[in-house]
Amino acid sequence: MGIIKTDKLVFEYIRRDEEGNVEGITRAVDEVDLDIAQGDFVAILGHNGSGKSTLAKHINAILYPTEGTVWVDGMDTQDEKQLWDIRQEAGMVFQNPDNQIIGQVVEEDVGFGPENMGVPTEEIWQRVEESLKAVGMYEFRKYSPNKLSGGQKQRVSIAGVIAMHPKCIILDEPTAMLDPNGRREVIRAVRALNDVEGITIVLITHYMEEIIHADKVFVMDQGRIAMQGTPREIFSQVEKLKGLRLDVPQVTLLAYELQKSGVALPDGILTVEELVKELSAVYHRG
Amino acid sequence: MLRDITLGQYYQTESVIHKLDPRVKLVATICFIISLFVVKSWVGYAVAAVFLAVMIKLSNVPFKYMVKGMRAIVFILLITVVFNLFLTPGETVFSVWKLKITREGVQLAVMMAVRLSFLIVGSSVMTLTTTPNSLTDGMEKLMRPLKIFKVPVHEVAMMMSIALRFIPILLEETDKIMKAQIARGADFESGNLVKKAKALVPLLVPLFISAFRRANDLAMAMEARCYRGGEHRTKMKPLKYAARDRIAYGVLAAYFALCIVVRIYL
Repeated sequence: MGIIKTDKLVFEYIRRDEEGNVEGITRAVDEVDLDIAQGDFVAILGHNGSGKSTLAKHINAILYPTEGTVWVDGMDTQDEKQLWDIRQEAGMVFQNPDNQIIGQVVEEDVGFGPENMGVPTEEIWQRVEESLKAVGMYEFRKYSPNKLSGGQKQRVSIAGVIAMHPKCIILDEPTAMLDPNGRREVIRAVRALNDVEGITIVLITHYMEEIIHADKVFVMDQGRIAMQGTPREIFSQVEKLKGLRLDVPQVTLLAYELQKSGVALPDGILTVEELVKELSAVYHRG
Repeated sequence: MLRDITLGQYYQTESVIHKLDPRVKLVATICFIISLFVVKSWVGYAVAAVFLAVMIKLSNVPFKYMVKGMRAIVFILLITVVFNLFLTPGETVFSVWKLKITREGVQLAVMMAVRLSFLIVGSSVMTLTTTPNSLTDGMEKLMRPLKIFKVPVHEVAMMMSIALRFIPILLEETDKIMKAQIARGADFESGNLVKKAKALVPLLVPLFISAFRRANDLAMAMEARCYRGGEHRTKMKPLKYAARDRIAYGVLAAYFALCIVVRIYL
């Protein structure tokens, strides 16, 4: 069993009218089976309303399954006794950077998690320093969060999670509100954590460019897992992705269109460099 | 820009007063305010004035910042003075039409004015030398005994610091919504008071909705980071009394004793 495992996970939102009568039930997550190994970089992809955020909130025990089970590092998320252990092991970063920073100074915010866990004062300082260095925000430790850019704020949020020493981090569309520069900053920081610290990453996103470095990709649609595989396997199915209202990266699309009109290119090209290489190979072959 | 707004009126500089523990400053401010009501004679006010002057000198904050706080209470000050001047019974020194100014009235009015302005300047010394954040910390620690009476001390302190964190964000948001409404023809400037108040409705509704949404997000983010109230919580920056804080308490006790002595014997 991997660090995160779900078994036939179902979650239903119950809509009620003003008198509290049930108006309708929306199945946000529908029989999802996941198994994520320690140290993996996993991306979950899906358009708005596909249930990906709802799924993410189950891993951190913010939501509890209607049916089925979620285990984090072998702990059942419905077990209240282990709630705080689960939240410490599976850290979560949310979409809006402003709404998840609690401290008025960067270092205080990073220390918030360890404070809640009851970590002794000296160790908090040590953890804060390590975490801020890991995301490259150490020189901003005395700043007010209000003076940072979106990407910087989001890196502070990530540092705040790392300071809790989690085994995995779930990032729920961390780049949705950022500009392209901020987006790159955040993704770079996340990849470094995965490579250097070996932290399991679950990245939820709808930006295709962000998932090409993932070990495994899950594509969600209407609460179900519609596709899974490596980024290359996923992106070689351009038509199917379009059917799920998802865009493929421009390079991949270009390669796909070229392939369709007769250029001999392999499936699932992910980067510009790759396409250049393949195209020049085709050119030299004649 | 709204982004650079400074909260409270903290004045950044190096001084002994800045370095004091916020608890000392809180207790000192309360004691100083009480002492203003303890003393009744001019000698007493002179003692208070000297004490205040020394504190201002030690705080390294320019005097004009201290007086800034006075502007807010000029009106109250004026009313107090006028009422005391004309409505205190006693030996008449001067009279216009039906209004009489009495010797006692003059004395009382001056005393009240001195008392009020000392009160404001005295608390300014605290707010100018303490960041809102450490002020909240100090309050939390000082009020801890109230926990026995089920007062949610930690929660109140947490709310205060979150409010401080969100004031600039909400101000910026207000600015944004206002501009969006103006762009669509809303008028916040002209008209009488009622009209202006009505114009605020389309500003307040989206602001409240967004504030609630933020609160919801923040609560979730805090829970995700293991927040579970004040229990089991350690502090990253715990408050610890240093030698200078003990000396400050000593000075404060001496001042307060002096005030009581002055009240009894002079």
